[in-house]
Amino acid sequence: LRTVSHSLFVYSQQKELTSKKRDEFEDILEERRLSSDLRYAMKCYTPVIYKGLSPCKPNAIKSAVLQSEQVQYVIKQLAKETGESPDIIQEEAMEILDEMGHSMQLGAVRFFAFTLSKIFKRLFQRVCVNEEGMQRLQHAIQEHPVVLLPSHRSYIDFLMLSYLLYTYDLALPVIAAGIGKDFLGMKIVGELLRRAGAFFMRRSFGGNRLYWAVFAEYVKTVLRNGYAPIEFFLEGTRSRTAKTLTPKFGLLSIVMEPFFKCEVFDTYLVPISISYERILEESLYAYELLGVPKPKESTSGLLKARRILSDNFGSIHIYVGQPVSLRTLASGRINRCPYNLVPRHLPQKPSVDVQEFVTDVAYKMELLQIENMVLSPWVLVAAVLLQNLPAMDFELLIEKTLWLKGLTQTFGGFVEWPDNLCAKKAVTSGLALHSNVARLVDGHVVLNDKGKEDGAVEETVFKRALAVLLCGTYRNQLLNVFVRPSLVAVALQMTRSFRREEVYSCFSFLRDVFSDEFIFFPGISLKDFEEGCFLLTKCDAIQTTQQEIYPTDKGSVVLSFLSAMFRPFLEGYQLIFRYLSKEAKEAFTEKQFIPGVRNFVFQLLEKGNTECYEALSSDTQKNALAALVQLGAVKKKKMTNGLTYSVNQEAVNNVLDMFGSRVPAQKPVAARL
Amino acid sequence: RQELLKWNGWGYNDSKFIFNKKGQAEFTGRRYRLGGMVLPTFKEWIEKTFGASLEHKSTSRASLNVNDVPPSVVNEEFLQDLRATKISYSQDAEDRVFRAHGHCLHEIFALREGIFRRIPDIVVWPVCHEDVVKIVELACKHSVCIIPFGGGTSVSSALECPEEEKRTIVSLDTSQMNRILWIDEKNLTACVEAGIVGQDLEKRLAESGFCTGHEPDSMEFSSLGGWVATRASGMKKNIYGNIEDLVIHIRMVTPRGIVEKNCQVPRMSTGPDIHHFIMGSEGTLGVVTEVTIKIRPVPEYQKYGSVVFPNFERGVACLREVAKQRCAPASIRLVDNAQFQFGHALKPQVASIFTSFLDGLKKFYITKFKGFDPNILCVATLLFEGDREKVLQHEKQVYDIATKFGGLAAGEDNGQRGYMLTFVIAYLRDLGLDYYVIGESFETSVPWDRVLDLCRNVKERIVRECKEKGVQFAPFSTCRVTQTYDAGACVYFYFAFNYRGISDPVHVYEQIETAAREEILANGGSLSHHHGVGKLRKRWMKESISDVGLGMLRSVKEYVDPNNIFGNKNLL
Repeated sequence: LRTVSHSLFVYSQQKELTSKKRDEFEDILEERRLSSDLRYAMKCYTPVIYKGLSPCKPNAIKSAVLQSEQVQYVIKQLAKETGESPDIIQEEAMEILDEMGHSMQLGAVRFFAFTLSKIFKRLFQRVCVNEEGMQRLQHAIQEHPVVLLPSHRSYIDFLMLSYLLYTYDLALPVIAAGIGKDFLGMKIVGELLRRAGAFFMRRSFGGNRLYWAVFAEYVKTVLRNGYAPIEFFLEGTRSRTAKTLTPKFGLLSIVMEPFFKCEVFDTYLVPISISYERILEESLYAYELLGVPKPKESTSGLLKARRILSDNFGSIHIYVGQPVSLRTLASGRINRCPYNLVPRHLPQKPSVDVQEFVTDVAYKMELLQIENMVLSPWVLVAAVLLQNLPAMDFELLIEKTLWLKGLTQTFGGFVEWPDNLCAKKAVTSGLALHSNVARLVDGHVVLNDKGKEDGAVEETVFKRALAVLLCGTYRNQLLNVFVRPSLVAVALQMTRSFRREEVYSCFSFLRDVFSDEFIFFPGISLKDFEEGCFLLTKCDAIQTTQQEIYPTDKGSVVLSFLSAMFRPFLEGYQLIFRYLSKEAKEAFTEKQFIPGVRNFVFQLLEKGNTECYEALSSDTQKNALAALVQLGAVKKKKMTNGLTYSVNQEAVNNVLDMFGSRVPAQKPVAARL
Repeated sequence: RQELLKWNGWGYNDSKFIFNKKGQAEFTGRRYRLGGMVLPTFKEWIEKTFGASLEHKSTSRASLNVNDVPPSVVNEEFLQDLRATKISYSQDAEDRVFRAHGHCLHEIFALREGIFRRIPDIVVWPVCHEDVVKIVELACKHSVCIIPFGGGTSVSSALECPEEEKRTIVSLDTSQMNRILWIDEKNLTACVEAGIVGQDLEKRLAESGFCTGHEPDSMEFSSLGGWVATRASGMKKNIYGNIEDLVIHIRMVTPRGIVEKNCQVPRMSTGPDIHHFIMGSEGTLGVVTEVTIKIRPVPEYQKYGSVVFPNFERGVACLREVAKQRCAPASIRLVDNAQFQFGHALKPQVASIFTSFLDGLKKFYITKFKGFDPNILCVATLLFEGDREKVLQHEKQVYDIATKFGGLAAGEDNGQRGYMLTFVIAYLRDLGLDYYVIGESFETSVPWDRVLDLCRNVKERIVRECKEKGVQFAPFSTCRVTQTYDAGACVYFYFAFNYRGISDPVHVYEQIETAAREEILANGGSLSHHHGVGKLRKRWMKESISDVGLGMLRSVKEYVDPNNIFGNKNLL
């Protein structure tokens, strides 16, 4: 049954894919550059509201949450279990609410509108929005409660989104942003954000039932009343690699509950893709991935970041997707009747069906984000450049970038490349914007990876890794668009066979291994394979029959490019698996694992035994470990001091064998195309 | 009686809504308080609500075309034996068609424009219990199918003949079994033949100073036996109880023989109550012939009342509180805003300037002074019954509670009109049908905490489905909380739309009703509170009462009626 509903689920998505017609963009900064920011901040702001809204103040919401049966129930339970007086627990709940709670004040909103106008105009050349998407959103907000699901690449995301909604005279969202240790420290900004409508959740509150109850009820109360759109990040945290992170399900299942319990007629989920031509935090991320402690994001830190204000970060593209009706998604899949047999305020563990559904919806929404994520020319440049290190002929780079543009579009990627823009200009302006990553030297483009001339080997490796990861951040934006055809290409190479079955089984293995690295809709390996094959056929790279798949003569260019694109991950995983099979202790924590594997890879790089700098990325390392957990080669155990892992050497070796026998030796990438 | 009633619509021939020469709506006849009155604002309401126009009429055929009626095919031997019993019968086409249907939309539509594929082959009129015993014996002997027929007011397709039924179908009309057999004043019970119609029962009991107090909205036409067979509910159940609370003893003729208890006691502990196999059996097990029912002295005093609430939420909260304090009057109902406006549109022309001035003043007070939004406010209607003193005391208690929920007393007259509307509203569908408007009502019961969500979601679902199905004008979809209980309430929906431009309106209507029922079930509502299941709602029985539950009912049916003599195919 699950496969049937799946295919329905995915089908609708593929239909969208083929009949894709995207909206036009408008630059919202253009207007800002022409008229007064002050007047804009003081404009008459009367956002459209949900038709069923009974107006109330943030404080009324807070007390409604506190008095709700749900929260009171948990308070009583806790009092019974711990012997604590309910009043004290109630007080605790109140504190939690205050810590989280938003208190939207128009003054703060206006202050933000003014300052953000100033800041954004400094930082960015253009902020482009699909206006039709905003109109659809406006319509949706009046009809049903709305949940905004933006991608998360930067702290700018939620500032920008609130700014955008203000600009279009829509209700400011209530934001469920994680309180990192870094973030609550930003006292002033934090308080301002709060007054502008943000509310915060702790990043980890696994064990705290009171916190969970208060938080969940808070979100649901806002949603049920249609008080304001709820906004949160499916990815849970900012993606340091610019590659979409696998979704978290907790918040999504909370916002779905009012519908399951029939407290609202429907709920709209709105995927929003925000892409940055240049990410504000790019170098911070690269440092972080390499394990170098980044500067704390304190308020003073932010002030120091004034330097940043003089920098140019290019354009932002925000694509507000089609609102997706939860009712439509759930129709035929979720039977809401079981919720009728238990009072609705009792906490209930979601059924297996519901859990599966939440998972599927989360992936579907991320895939929609990916589909509408704008790819700048620089993304293509970075992808080409990384395959041609250390230096690449400028003309060749242009030629190859243009070629990749075509390929990306064939694969359904959303390349924002103005019709009249010639390739040379596009590449040049990309290089100008990203002068910290690469530059032009004697007709060749090289990475900025030089340390001090006389630096130690260690320094050189580090600098180089930093440059590769920085550049990788941009190439990464292509990966989820390319992953299906590319894994077919890799499978073709690895199996060295044309038999469809064999290629598929290898594809399926790779898909499992990389299930934390890239975004795959759960349980549809075959469909993904077919899509990959279809796209490769579309660009004449392969031909298929019932039993066989074979590359065409001119297909080798495409195929080798595609597999080279994913080679860092194949090799990186291999290195990490090798570390686990040889070097790692029997049992270890994540805190031990990351430095261990980092040292291991670092040494190999120093000795020149590998070229895979991306294996130094802690993101890749964590994903590889998670993959082994999923494959059953590593066991994860919850201990009092956090998670502990234990390795099954033999199983890891088996996985490694699958790789080892198959990963082809690195050939010099076909430089002449 | 058949002659008094419409053949293709609801109720009495002489009572109906028409548009008079001036284009104003009018209700004809003298049977109802509204009779003969002009309703000046009604036309506008119809046009505004449905986008209907008086110029677009869809007329029913004037009379039954006898040639269209399926021929009567009667088992000869059965007929011979039947003649010998001297029980009267008929094979006349009109008699048979009259008993081939209830009052679902598709049934009335078929009468007006189409035809039934299968109707009873013969109608029999037993006059007593023994007659029924004879008929059932003959049916078993000759293997014919019996469909019991009481008042014919079913709204669950329960009276429709299964198309694939090959045997002779006998419609067993109980209307001639309408005597009160005895009244026992010491125990306050009366034994009554099951064919008696509600209003006759009350009238005749009143002659002795008693009443049953059971008043379903259909009481002018529905029968005691029908109430038992469908688990009926009466408007004044708060005082008198629903049918299951009223019944003391039931006599039912089944193919296995007669089923009844050996005593007439208020309660007994002898395993599962066999009455509960009978009540709600919807004619699948046998014919109820005699019922001993509780009676009460006719109440000394009756008083109507009404309360206006600023919105539906407050109104529901008030009803919940009234139920919690267990002080519900004989009847308490809460209509939503759409239904309030509907009721308003049915206000007759006022007799004097003074009343119209008073009305204006009231309106001004409520909307301007109290700040109620006329497009949001809703009204509760009340009916108190009992000793005069107690009624007044009770009234005060209820109004006090209402005040706490922002309610304002809105007069007796509004209350009384509210209840009168329930009786005439069924006539309205016939008017609608003349102008491309089709509609129906349906009901459910639901726990208190889900009342608001259910009402909102079901109404929204109806609006949505209409849109999706190409209904051009937004439908009229409205509800009222019509009964209160300790643990929940009964909610009643009206739903109607203008079907111009739709080729198969009945089918579209049924799809929408199905969607609405699915929504009700998802929202924690029941499959039915009192209309029953019939054939219309059978498909949801399994999910409603579980596989095993259904099996239990089936095994009773298999034992009682192994040859499916009572083959109307309801329920299971």
